[in-house]
Amino acid sequence: MSEATTHDAHDHHDHGPAKGLMRWVTTTNHKDIGTLYLLFSLLMFFIGGAMAMVIRAELFEPGMQVVNPHFFNQMTTNHALIMIFGAVMPAFVGLANWLIPMMIGAPDMALPRMNNWSFWILPFAFTMMLSTIFMDGGAPAAGWTIYPPLVLQTGDAFPFMIFAIHMMGISSVMGAINVIATILNMRAPGMTLMKMPLFVWTWLITAYLLIAVMPVLAGAVTMLLTDKYFGTSFFTAAGGGDPVMYQHIFWFFGHPEVYILILPAFGIVSQIIPTFARKPLFGYSSMVYASASIAFLSFIVWAHHMFTVGMPVAGELFFMYATMLIAVPTGVKVFNWVSTMWKGSMTFETPMLFALGFVVLFTIGGFSGLMLAIAPSDFQYHDTYFVVAHFHYVLVTGAIFAIMGAAYYWLPKWTGHMYNETLGKWHFWLSTITVNILFFPQHFLGLAGMPRRIPDYSVQFAEFNMISSIGGFAFGLSQLLFAYIVISTIRGGAKATDKVWDGAEGLEWTLSSPPPYHSFSEAPEVK
Amino acid sequence: MSQNKSVWLHRALLGGAMLLGAGGAVAEYGLNMTQGVTEVSGEVYRLHMLIFYICCAIAVVVFGAMFYSIWKHRKSVGAQAANFHESTTVEIIWTIVPFAILISMAIPATKALINLEDTSDPDMTIKVTGYQWMWHYDYADEGVSFFSRLDEKSNAARQMNSGIDPASVEDYLLNVDNRLVLPAGKKVRFLITANDVIHSWWVPSLGWKKDAIPGYINEAWTKVEQPGVYRGQCAELCGKDHGFMPIVVEVMEQGAYDAWVAAQKATAQNDSPVATVVAAAN
Repeated sequence: MSEATTHDAHDHHDHGPAKGLMRWVTTTNHKDIGTLYLLFSLLMFFIGGAMAMVIRAELFEPGMQVVNPHFFNQMTTNHALIMIFGAVMPAFVGLANWLIPMMIGAPDMALPRMNNWSFWILPFAFTMMLSTIFMDGGAPAAGWTIYPPLVLQTGDAFPFMIFAIHMMGISSVMGAINVIATILNMRAPGMTLMKMPLFVWTWLITAYLLIAVMPVLAGAVTMLLTDKYFGTSFFTAAGGGDPVMYQHIFWFFGHPEVYILILPAFGIVSQIIPTFARKPLFGYSSMVYASASIAFLSFIVWAHHMFTVGMPVAGELFFMYATMLIAVPTGVKVFNWVSTMWKGSMTFETPMLFALGFVVLFTIGGFSGLMLAIAPSDFQYHDTYFVVAHFHYVLVTGAIFAIMGAAYYWLPKWTGHMYNETLGKWHFWLSTITVNILFFPQHFLGLAGMPRRIPDYSVQFAEFNMISSIGGFAFGLSQLLFAYIVISTIRGGAKATDKVWDGAEGLEWTLSSPPPYHSFSEAPEVK
Repeated sequence: MSQNKSVWLHRALLGGAMLLGAGGAVAEYGLNMTQGVTEVSGEVYRLHMLIFYICCAIAVVVFGAMFYSIWKHRKSVGAQAANFHESTTVEIIWTIVPFAILISMAIPATKALINLEDTSDPDMTIKVTGYQWMWHYDYADEGVSFFSRLDEKSNAARQMNSGIDPASVEDYLLNVDNRLVLPAGKKVRFLITANDVIHSWWVPSLGWKKDAIPGYINEAWTKVEQPGVYRGQCAELCGKDHGFMPIVVEVMEQGAYDAWVAAQKATAQNDSPVATVVAAAN
């Protein structure tokens, strides 16, 4: 398109958004779509959280009081599916939408119409997923890993669940394609790959992981569908199939998925810590290489989720060694963050508190991860509350703490308003204390022999379950404060400066707060 | 380090980490993995503690540096930011040192794993089959087989709002009608499978769990020297009553075991096998 036509087309528009509801339905703007993703994710966080409250209420004391065992299993299954696919992943895509164009000096995402579509699939997918609770036979109850043969016993909900997963997968893959196209094609002049902010780097790697593994999940669940309705027996032993093959395929998706849920969090923390330490990130290039190594290793460790299925010793040894290796690049990242703080000039605003909370608590989750990698010990840990404690440390105090830190860090930029710092600090401390009361005792429960996914337990586990439940209710309530802070910051508050934080570096801070509707209509010069 | 000292040390570490001051009741509440009653479970326990201590040591160094920095390098105490941001030497060191630590973990782990998986030369074999929601044990050499289900008292108490206090039920949810009986000091091989969905056979005191998968026959073994009763549960989600299919293993001296086998055979001759299966399925 020639220079003249561009000018003609643009002269008659004010570049502002359309008015009313249709703005949100038809939007192709990366900021609007980012906002939709983030608000959707917040809603799902509360729905998934409500399910967790049901779980903790039933486990408050021994005996069955609140829900029946089948409904309990529906809650554990849907809590996980909603938190993973509905809360954490859309939150990261929302952050990518808002931030990647602003960080690389682009006006918008590369594929804006697809962007609209990839968001608008999600409300339908999750409405369908949640509606299964009211169907004959209830919602899926075979765990989020939906292992056959058990999952084939699901009632009417079964095909709806499969279709919902397909839609979530399509949405993720389209989001990932958009991220890659944007990063590889729309960087401002001078923004070389090795100058990109770490959040952009980790998202680029995450996007490749998504494209690689979401189709694998789609394949696995489609085989489940044909096993149930079309007479195939991919996973049915009686028909010559193999239930363990499903687990191999699922975890070939599932383990990279774990890093899809944490790599963008690494990126966020790598943005926040240098700002508040007032010192550049230590070891930028080693951070990039470490992220890439983690992504590569994630493809060759899947069977550590399956040590107890009866693999040959050689297989167990391979997956044990490969899994242990992940500790090296992950360790490099933690050391780099600590070195970034070292001899800095630190202040502790809410985003920094969440980033520091992330470093400590994620590392604790990493330690239990290393313990789980040791195959002989895993024969004891596997499928116990020790595993539950482990993945909630890496996902709640890891991924979700990073997302909340990101929300506090960039909310002033997005809205033009400062959030209430006192309330933000209250939210951090309440969350940090209660999340540890919630999940730390679960390590003890698992080691003492409590299996996961049980609705009732032997009385020896009563005390720690009660402590954990109290922590759970308090953590859940604390998150209402987060919703209040976010909404009140959107509605008003002290005016934020363009730079917001005095140690902030990067292109997004050169824009006004809130930024113009099309981020960079002229590409900035990057030195 | 002596055994007692190490037990004291880990209790102190774990107890210190506890958020509530449960203090003296540590053993009662079960904070840590059991040492179990077999050579294998002891080995797994020691491996677990080794990795745990290594993690604690790394945590002290990393978090120590971090909190020192948070304390000393604050703007509010007048810290000026330095500007260093890379050091190839440091990066190489903190790649190689963790790698070396990992190798020191991998060696004992490999030994333990190979021992755990060595099911050769068993003295006897028992076939374990998982059902929704009970276990079936088959002593192939003796012609003895039976189902093992949650005991009546637990089953009554675990019903929705049963009004029965679980604390009043002995071994609530960890008791069965028919125990799996093993002779002490014999290497027992288990052949583990399932009839409907995947289950997992787990008795913590034996030191391992193994999935029971339809169409697969998994192998595992144990050798318990100490007579006693050891309890466990199904460890793989297998449907609504997954939490209600416990495992109880009773280890007897050889003489008592032989008498038990004889008694089982006598009962089996009185009841026809069909009747036993039908009764069990109810």
